[in-house]
Amino acid sequence: MENQFIFTLLILLLPLASFLFLGLAGHKLSHKAAGLVGTSVLGVVAVLSYYTAFQYFSMPRVDGVYQALVPINVTWLPLGELHFDMGILLDPISVVMLIVISTVSLMVHIYSFGYMHGERGFQRYYAFLSLFTMSMLGLVVATNIFQMYLFWELVGVSSYLLIGFFYTLKAAIAASKKAFIVTRFADMFFLIGILIYGFYAKTFSFDFVDAENARNIAGAAFILPTALFLMFVGGAGKSAMFPLHIWLPDAMEGPTPVSALIHAATMVVAGVYQVARMFPLWIQYAPDTLHVVAWVGAFTAFYAAAVACAQTDIKRVLAFSTISQIAFMMVALGVCTEMVTGHEHHGSLGYMASMFHLFTHAMFKATLFLCAGCLIHAVHSNDMSMMGGMRKYMPITHWTFLIACLAISGIPPFSGFFSKDEILSASFAYSPWMGWIMTGIAAMTAFYMFRLYYGIFWGTENKEHHEAHVPHECEWTMTFPLIFLTLITCVAGFIPFGKLVSADGMSYDFLAHFDWMLGAKSCAIALVSIALATYIYKGEKQPVAEKMKAAAPRLHQWAYKRFYLDEVYQYVTHQIIFKYISKPLAWFDRHIIDGFFNFLAWGTHELGFNIRGFQSGAIQKYAFIFFLGAIIILFIMIL
Amino acid sequence: MNFLSIFVLIPVLMLLGLWLVKGQKGIRSVMVVGSSCLLVLSVVLTILFLQERAAGNTAEMLFTASLDWITPLHIKYAVGVDGISVAMLLLSSIIVFTGTFVSWNMNKEYFLWFTLLSAGVFGFFITIDMFAMFMFYEVALIPMYLLIGVWGTGPKEYAAMKLTLMLMGGSAFLMCGIFGIFYGAGAQTMNILDIAHQANGAHAIALAQQHIWFPLTFAGFGVLGALFPFHTWSPDGHASAPTAVSMLHAGVLMKLGGYGCFRIAMFLMPQAAQDLGWIFLILTGISVVYGAFSACVQTDLKYINAYSSVSHCGLVLFGILMINQVAATGAVLQMLSHGLTTALFFALIGMIYGRTHTRDIREMTGLMRIMPFLSVCYVIAGLANLGLPGFSGFVAEMTIFVGSFAQADTFHRVLTIAACTSIVITAVYILRLVGKILYGVCTDEHHLKLSDATWEERLAVICLVAAIAGLGVAPFWISSMIDGGVAPIVNHITAYAADLSLNPFM
Amino acid sequence: MIQINCLLILSAVMMFAGIFGFITRRSTLAILLSIELMLNAADINFAVFNRLLFNGQNVDGFFFTLFSIAITAAESAIAIAIMINIYRSLKDISVEKLEKMKW
Repeated sequence: MENQFIFTLLILLLPLASFLFLGLAGHKLSHKAAGLVGTSVLGVVAVLSYYTAFQYFSMPRVDGVYQALVPINVTWLPLGELHFDMGILLDPISVVMLIVISTVSLMVHIYSFGYMHGERGFQRYYAFLSLFTMSMLGLVVATNIFQMYLFWELVGVSSYLLIGFFYTLKAAIAASKKAFIVTRFADMFFLIGILIYGFYAKTFSFDFVDAENARNIAGAAFILPTALFLMFVGGAGKSAMFPLHIWLPDAMEGPTPVSALIHAATMVVAGVYQVARMFPLWIQYAPDTLHVVAWVGAFTAFYAAAVACAQTDIKRVLAFSTISQIAFMMVALGVCTEMVTGHEHHGSLGYMASMFHLFTHAMFKATLFLCAGCLIHAVHSNDMSMMGGMRKYMPITHWTFLIACLAISGIPPFSGFFSKDEILSASFAYSPWMGWIMTGIAAMTAFYMFRLYYGIFWGTENKEHHEAHVPHECEWTMTFPLIFLTLITCVAGFIPFGKLVSADGMSYDFLAHFDWMLGAKSCAIALVSIALATYIYKGEKQPVAEKMKAAAPRLHQWAYKRFYLDEVYQYVTHQIIFKYISKPLAWFDRHIIDGFFNFLAWGTHELGFNIRGFQSGAIQKYAFIFFLGAIIILFIMIL
Repeated sequence: MNFLSIFVLIPVLMLLGLWLVKGQKGIRSVMVVGSSCLLVLSVVLTILFLQERAAGNTAEMLFTASLDWITPLHIKYAVGVDGISVAMLLLSSIIVFTGTFVSWNMNKEYFLWFTLLSAGVFGFFITIDMFAMFMFYEVALIPMYLLIGVWGTGPKEYAAMKLTLMLMGGSAFLMCGIFGIFYGAGAQTMNILDIAHQANGAHAIALAQQHIWFPLTFAGFGVLGALFPFHTWSPDGHASAPTAVSMLHAGVLMKLGGYGCFRIAMFLMPQAAQDLGWIFLILTGISVVYGAFSACVQTDLKYINAYSSVSHCGLVLFGILMINQVAATGAVLQMLSHGLTTALFFALIGMIYGRTHTRDIREMTGLMRIMPFLSVCYVIAGLANLGLPGFSGFVAEMTIFVGSFAQADTFHRVLTIAACTSIVITAVYILRLVGKILYGVCTDEHHLKLSDATWEERLAVICLVAAIAGLGVAPFWISSMIDGGVAPIVNHITAYAADLSLNPFM
Repeated sequence: MIQINCLLILSAVMMFAGIFGFITRRSTLAILLSIELMLNAADINFAVFNRLLFNGQNVDGFFFTLFSIAITAAESAIAIAIMINIYRSLKDISVEKLEKMKW
């Protein structure tokens, strides 16, 4: 059974080969050739992923559960009793992630042909994309937490390289640095969590079912909440949970397709994926801590939605929307209370909802970002004030954007409706408070997305700018991915996701007990929000918006400045760490410690200088002392 | 005569050859041939060693031989290697080989001293007699003074003097320690193995004596291993040294410190290592964090790297002092990794400095467009330094951390977690550096006209990058080889129970 | 015949005059002269004691005297040569001025 999946190794090796080839020999290739190499490799990877998924899900279930397969697992580094393995683990969530990553990555590869056309470093760009895809795929198929950490670091660095792709721009350099350091800071906690887990549970493996592992893990029960929470902090860094989210909006300095791939669809959900991976342990050993995760997620979702309402840079709006949506997934995981699935068990619904939302969100958020890319390509600006009325110029972008907006707002029959609704059901099952809070945030989502939509495609047109440079629809390499992803968004909601992925692996028919009341309620609330956004932002003139801004200028300003969190971080890093730790330490080193050794040298020198009078070199003095000594000795001998 | 002695013989022959040949071409060919021979030899040694181990030879040291040297004093020329020394020899030969190409345009006298230095280094790693080790140690140290003082840059006389004096101060401690061990163990032999296994079960050296000689020996080697607070020679020394000397010094010579601490100080005085290790553990913990923080605000490329070395070499001693097989294996891996990475760094800094004539990061920007090869390699070196998976640093650091975590008491835990923070701070200073000098747009007219690396520079850099990546991608074989070398030493130390009352933090 | 005491007193006076001169004089030439004085004092002692001990039977003392005179001659030749060289380059042969090679 497992041997038939050995080909999945190619899914990792092909992008790696492509990265090495493009990285080493890329500069000898033409842009087109390099792009074709990268894209065709990714095409093969996508086909292999789909084939894997098909094969995997057409396998017979054992005891109603899809078996976790490990086609390959080798010891990479022995660490005493522990060992650091590298391998491939296929189970429902990793297979779903394979599909998400390879699909979005392939679309981004195709899209980048048009978007990055003629850019310097085109080959390098494709090399980095391959590196990222390889790392991300390696992350999701990891067989143990340490392998996950390894690829986790690799996706971090590929994100760093891609954000800083335009390395001559100051903002891009700063953003890439910030992204790497913030996530690295979080990774430190992840690492400590892994170390604690490894030490007490005596394994890094994800195989929690194995009898020996289970026994060891049970023995570590007292420390597991701490270990899991530390791992979650690592996940919070990658998945931009408050207060570690600050790198994500800045990461938008990277090329837009990269934002679509890394900072919307794949890498940023790594934290969610990690929590889902460790989910059996969370539920069994740390349910209370898991709810803390839920509340962190809820606050993040609210915060990001509030900020998104006031941003004018379209990519920033999308970035905050991403933060908010990932927080939805975290909430969904956090509100779980049990492993067992079934129609009486709402406590495990969140797990499935979270994975489902991960899947649908990846598709429609990638669409939104790629649309934003088309817009930026057309008007050469990120700012909403440069747009307005774009629906006339870019029909395809307009329609795909609209559908994606409807999906994210939770309007049926688009995919977002289904996944978000499951999250809301799970939240209500946990506590009505959480349910209403999340519903409110869903309403805010609809509002800011349509604010964005109207701001771009309707609203006040920047005629001056458009006349100087008439925007036009992009070429097919850029529009094809939009259409493809939009089609997925249209149909994905009807995938019987619960049958494939659920907390304990049992098949679970969600639609059979779908809470239509709740669905109708959330849909109605979303429609009201959209209507409100239409009322405020659709027109040429926007008196209501101006009035709102004027009514609460402080609030608007705070939201626009993201509640000054970046300034706080700036203060902490630059003022405290650099000024009050590093500078004094460096001074201490140069002046106190080094000063001490210089003092020693100086002291020796001075001592020598002072006693060198004995060694005057004046022979007469020597002779005098010699004779004096001789006479004294003579006297002593005589006496 | 054992074939290990060829490691010393080749440099001696190289010295002879250098003395005889005339012209730059002759010098270069002698150096290239000699250093390639060393490289091949160390690879052959590794293969032979692994074969011998695979064949089931479980002796602690392989290929041992002993020759009477100064009989009345029981001094012998004894050689032998285990997994640790094989790894170190491999590292040294790689660095000497690449160092040759990096110092391509240097003159004959420079290469004479350079070769003498490498003779000392190789000699140190093959011998197992304390006196011979000490002698080779000094042979490696003295040429440094001339290499920095004559061919250095900046305040070179000051730096050379400081470096030599501080290391000599360390040697003084060390000599006391070595003679203390010799007389403490009954004044019968200088051979490390003989001393360690002299008395069955009982301490070879009386406990009271161990408590005196252990700190002396450890601190003596610690000076070379950049142990806080004896590290201040490192920034000045490295900043002034010529490129290849920095490489050899940071890449290999600093490893002599860690190697000596482990092989002599801890192995021969196990009880004291357990009792008093905590003092040094605190110092290394400080080194790790302190070096990283200090590197954050430096403006000279070499200073940044020197402080980074303080931090990473601190991690070496940190791993050793955990007295735990995994951590000690990690420490040796870290020696290898740091040796290669820092050599690559210094090589690149030297190449960049040779072009821009400045090492001040405030005066450089946008070098990526001007010298793409060097810049890309610099980024790679930086990423390797901050422990990116796929490069050696990750393997080494993870092994150390996993090993350190096995010490479950609060004292070790706190220090381990403190050491973990260094991975973040390392990222801060590396990225700051890369962002400042490589990215951005170059505005300096002089810099715009500069050229990229020449072929010999490329060769050296590619060798090092390949070694770093090789170790990072396939650490299994070298890690198990080192593990085999570390095991007897760690078992020997842990055979004695620590006297916990001496540590106020436990 | 002169009393042996007188000769020994003479040589002692010469010796101490030489020592005094060696310690106190500034000029290297005078120091050289003082050294000659001391050496001559020793020579006289050699001759006197040879006479006293062997009374013509053995000439070891005289031989040493001659040998010493030869060495003295050679020594002063070298010393004067050095002094001339020093004088040429420094225009002075006072010991206090000869500090150039000291540290």
